[in-house]
Amino acid sequence: MSMEATPTRPWEAEKVARRNNGLILLVGALIAYVVVLFTGFAGPDGWAVVLFAIAAVFTTLRNRRLSTKERKASRAQLLIVAASVIAFAPWISIFVSVLFKGIKGLRPNFLVSDMRTTTPDDFLDMGGAAHAIVGSLLMVLIATVITLPLGILTGVYITEVRGRFSGVVRVVIQSMSGVPSIVAGLFVYTTFVDATGSFSALAGALALGILMLPTVARTSEEVLKLVPDDLRSAGYALGARQWRSTLMIVLPTVRSGLITAGLLGVARVIGETAPLLATALSNTSFVFNPVSGPIGSLPMYIFGMLQIGTENSINRAWTGALILLILVFGLFTLARYVAGKDKR
Amino acid sequence: MNSVAPVKREMHVVHSRGDKVFRGIVTAGALTSLVLLGLIGAFLFARGVEVFSTSGFKFLTGSNWVAGSDDGVIPNDFSIGPMIVGTVIVSVIALLVAVPMSIAGALYLEFYAPQKVRRVLVSLLDLAAAIPSLIFGLWGVQVFTSFGERWAYFLADRLGWFPLFNTISDNFGRSPFVAGCVLGSLVIPITTSVAREVYSRTPRELVDTCYALGGTKWGAIRTVVIPFGKSGVVGGAMLGLGRALGETIAVYLLLNINFRYTFKILESEGGNVASLIATKFGEATPDEIKALVAAGFVLFMLTLTVNMIASAIVAKSTKGSPA
Amino acid sequence: MENVDTSVRSEQKGTPMNETTSNTAVLDTAFAGLETRDAHAWFGNHHALAGVSLQFPARSVTGLIGPSGCGKSTYLRLLNRMHEFIPGAAMAGEVRLHGQDIYAREVDPAAMRLKIGMVFQKPNPFPAMTIRENVLSGLKLAHIKVDDDEALMEKCLTRAGLWKEVKDRLDASGGSLSGGQQQRLCIARSLAVEPEVLLMDEPCSALDPGSTLRIEETIKELAEKITVVIVTHNMQQASRVSDYCAFFLTDGGPGYLVEADKTRKMFTTPNDSRTADYVQGKFG
Repeated sequence: MSMEATPTRPWEAEKVARRNNGLILLVGALIAYVVVLFTGFAGPDGWAVVLFAIAAVFTTLRNRRLSTKERKASRAQLLIVAASVIAFAPWISIFVSVLFKGIKGLRPNFLVSDMRTTTPDDFLDMGGAAHAIVGSLLMVLIATVITLPLGILTGVYITEVRGRFSGVVRVVIQSMSGVPSIVAGLFVYTTFVDATGSFSALAGALALGILMLPTVARTSEEVLKLVPDDLRSAGYALGARQWRSTLMIVLPTVRSGLITAGLLGVARVIGETAPLLATALSNTSFVFNPVSGPIGSLPMYIFGMLQIGTENSINRAWTGALILLILVFGLFTLARYVAGKDKR
Repeated sequence: MNSVAPVKREMHVVHSRGDKVFRGIVTAGALTSLVLLGLIGAFLFARGVEVFSTSGFKFLTGSNWVAGSDDGVIPNDFSIGPMIVGTVIVSVIALLVAVPMSIAGALYLEFYAPQKVRRVLVSLLDLAAAIPSLIFGLWGVQVFTSFGERWAYFLADRLGWFPLFNTISDNFGRSPFVAGCVLGSLVIPITTSVAREVYSRTPRELVDTCYALGGTKWGAIRTVVIPFGKSGVVGGAMLGLGRALGETIAVYLLLNINFRYTFKILESEGGNVASLIATKFGEATPDEIKALVAAGFVLFMLTLTVNMIASAIVAKSTKGSPA
Repeated sequence: MENVDTSVRSEQKGTPMNETTSNTAVLDTAFAGLETRDAHAWFGNHHALAGVSLQFPARSVTGLIGPSGCGKSTYLRLLNRMHEFIPGAAMAGEVRLHGQDIYAREVDPAAMRLKIGMVFQKPNPFPAMTIRENVLSGLKLAHIKVDDDEALMEKCLTRAGLWKEVKDRLDASGGSLSGGQQQRLCIARSLAVEPEVLLMDEPCSALDPGSTLRIEETIKELAEKITVVIVTHNMQQASRVSDYCAFFLTDGGPGYLVEADKTRKMFTTPNDSRTADYVQGKFG
């Protein structure tokens, strides 16, 4: 009868009902806690089990008056929510642990010193992981310098030049993207490290590059395939040669996609440990020369500190993990930002 | 009308000099990649053949790892049987843990979570899939082990009659069970993301039809969503399996390498092929290195097969849409 | 159809939008049980439908007509509470079945949808199920047990005009039928839970003319037992199939009801000039 009215949502639970549900949950949590104190259930997992049991009993009682299908739906919902909690708990626990345990050792010296003069067991205001961070960045840089151009060229070969070997190249790239990381490291160990006689950053970078190359090549190919042929035709119709058309029309179109490919490749390999075990090994001091010998890296630093096992070294491991996670997530977020900027 | 059939003309492409240079560089780049990666495959294959021709299938079935002495008095005897079994056991435990939880997590995110919660969790989930496995190993040793031990103790205590859970030891911290749980935690973000994506592509009309027929949310899920997502979720599970099979560092940190065939997942022995390589290469004799490379070849073949099956399944599920 | 004294009242139109218009049209004194009072719908901040009051006579077909974008489908989805599945959706007013507001807090929407069924524009049988399973799927979803589900299935397929064509291949996949057959399967599926009202959202727009005519026959037969509300773009279809029509329009703002009356009257001597223009094809 009217053209004006106020929108409502009668199907949503009222604020009162929602608050009541929250209160009931809180009460249940407290009861579970009390039960845990007085029985054999232990730890947060015991508490969760008791809370689940209480929730199951409570909802069964509350649902007595409902129809069969509603009761089954409610039971399914409870199980799904409980299983989801189990699914999310591990990585949420990792975020929380790395943050809170790692922040303890995050002092300025951590980011500027190396471990040349400190033992892992010294107090946390001595020594640091700066050498490891530098080492990781150095190796990743070398790996990127090698694999990014190669990967992009491979992608261009497959989609633009469409040469005779395209099929073979694709198959090999696809297969090698499944190389286990330790196998990549072992390969470089038995060839490069053997030939040069020592571990080095270059060897580590080669191993990382083996892992990066298939990803970069595949992503480049996919991104280039998305460029509509009309764009290429437009270039040719204007009289441009292929190299001009590719360099000036096609590649700039996919520039952000390629940058994303590079960033994601880096994000993946910067946390790899296994390939470095046999190629770059580890070091306690700053190394800037890629061929001089073993070099430290964040993953090997964390790994080493963990193996030593004293309280202070474990703290260092967590702090190293915090830095590593910040780096990885930073790269990821950057990649997403770059990808999002290019939304047409 | 022409009475003569048309003759096809040959179409030549003559590239300009600039183009020839361009094509040359690009081809060189692609062939470099091809050669580089192909070399690895060839190298692994060659070593593998070498070791297999000397040891035969005993390489896969035997359970000794003896590095021969330099003077040849003690012969080399390398085999990776228990490691393969260990790889499979740990990976199976990981999948058994990960897949049901991932399905539930994906269903929760797509159908039950409030909008704001969903957005936060989905972003965090994407980040979680990028957590390096070393950090999972660190967390596994430092945080999870106390929980895992407690559960293992519970299993040994209450269900110890079941051969799988039978154990005489009282140290559960470094058991395949705990390693499998940690590996499962590693796989969960991947499989949950894939499952969530698959479920989000369920055709809206099918879900709406379930509601229009008087169904509940769970009714719609079990009638339409789960059947629709079946092959996609299987593909995701295989991706997770591939990841678990090749996992090195987490298993290295959580398991002691032990060369015995065993199904007792609560005992402190096991290992997988990847961690075997990591453990042994440091002080390996040249022959031992060859055997390790052969082991790497076997592992590579395993993960390659699983990944190919996974890609095929995922490709099939995205190609065919429901009628 | 019962012969009832047609006392049709509808207010005059031609009024500009910012004046309150009375859109009530009481179509018939035989009260259906399904009616809306001053129903509004929003998508987020967008006011899509304004103040529709309508009563749907029992055992008849009411067609909702009007140019596209006038909120007809939105209105239809208010009638069985499917509108609320769209994120950001909101409504106002009442939708009543047998006097009870279906948006009331104590109403179970899933149970209500057993009484008010819906058939969608694109035929969508469940792909993973056989024809038999499709027809009976509503029972499974609602956990309804019947003594003889084979008999029920045959009855529904017969009412939908599909029995003869599929009785020998009930175990074939739902997707193996033609478009028109699939839509009739969807109709049979909706009938299995024995609704009182069947809502149809342009059910023939994706079908060929032959299938369309067969479904129109089915609709007319269905209306002997249940109430049908059908949204249609096709005016000829409305005039063929419906007993009553409701004409929706928009002036760029929310869609609203212009006029509702017996179909014959709407198409020959409607009260509102805009209705006349529309049914004569002058726009839309």
